[in-house]
Amino acid sequence: MMDCAAKSKGEVTTSPPQKHIPGELGIWVFVAGDLMVFAAFFVVIALGHNGEQAEIFAQSRATLDMWVGVLNTFLLLTGSWFVAKGVEKSRTAHDSAISRYFSLGILCGLLFVANKSFEWGAKIIVGINPMTNDFFMYYFVFTGIHLLHVFVGLGVLLLVRNASKRPITARNRNRTIETGATFWHLVDLLWIVLFALFYLL
Amino acid sequence: MTKPQLHPLLRDATTLAWLILVGTTALGWWLGFTSHNAQNGILFTTVGILISAFLKVWIVGFQFMELKHAPRWLRHGFDAWVVVMCSVLIVLCIR
Repeated sequence: MMDCAAKSKGEVTTSPPQKHIPGELGIWVFVAGDLMVFAAFFVVIALGHNGEQAEIFAQSRATLDMWVGVLNTFLLLTGSWFVAKGVEKSRTAHDSAISRYFSLGILCGLLFVANKSFEWGAKIIVGINPMTNDFFMYYFVFTGIHLLHVFVGLGVLLLVRNASKRPITARNRNRTIETGATFWHLVDLLWIVLFALFYLL
Repeated sequence: MTKPQLHPLLRDATTLAWLILVGTTALGWWLGFTSHNAQNGILFTTVGILISAFLKVWIVGFQFMELKHAPRWLRHGFDAWVVVMCSVLIVLCIR
């Protein structure tokens, strides 16, 4: 319907057809706030990387399994792909195939949580915890705060999944889907930087 | 649709973005592995790791978060965060 309206005005249509803020403005206020908070976290980690404890950081970092971090990155990137495709397709349809994209996004998030639990468990079982040193304090606290984001994101994706089943013309449906998807991609985005700072440097 | 010679996967911007993101993750993994096992050239790998990470961040924002369709102030606000954050971290990590 929107496409037809846009075409009749002679506009070039892509999907979505015109410039607009994805989702609610409020989610972008939240995104901006979160980016500022995490900017402080990133700076704190970087300061430790080259500070007085550089040696402790290097030794602690070496005990992390890089492939676990790679797998988690892959899971979030793939989850984001499912959600992004779901958003694209939900603009033109509302069948069960659309909600399946969001279900698969949720599955990726759950696998991330499972992998993270095994990783943390393996550390704690050998006596490594936030009190071990500054590196592991940052590691547990910042990836823990990120994990909270994942839990919230999973709840948000459930709402998005329900919204995607409503008729396309339902009020606020597309806005709800876009807003939820934006939050989920933020979770992915923040992990990409945490992964680089904790595992790769 | 206008370029039928392209593989369907490459014609879809979201899938293309995912492919680049996964490829860049593999590059970051290799740089990280090199960095942990090398005595020299750590400066190069550190800068590479951070630039590749923020390239991924930018792609997630531009394509997945649909900032490519967003008003200019929002898109450029995000671009500015990416550039400033990446620069600050590079300076802190190589000082």
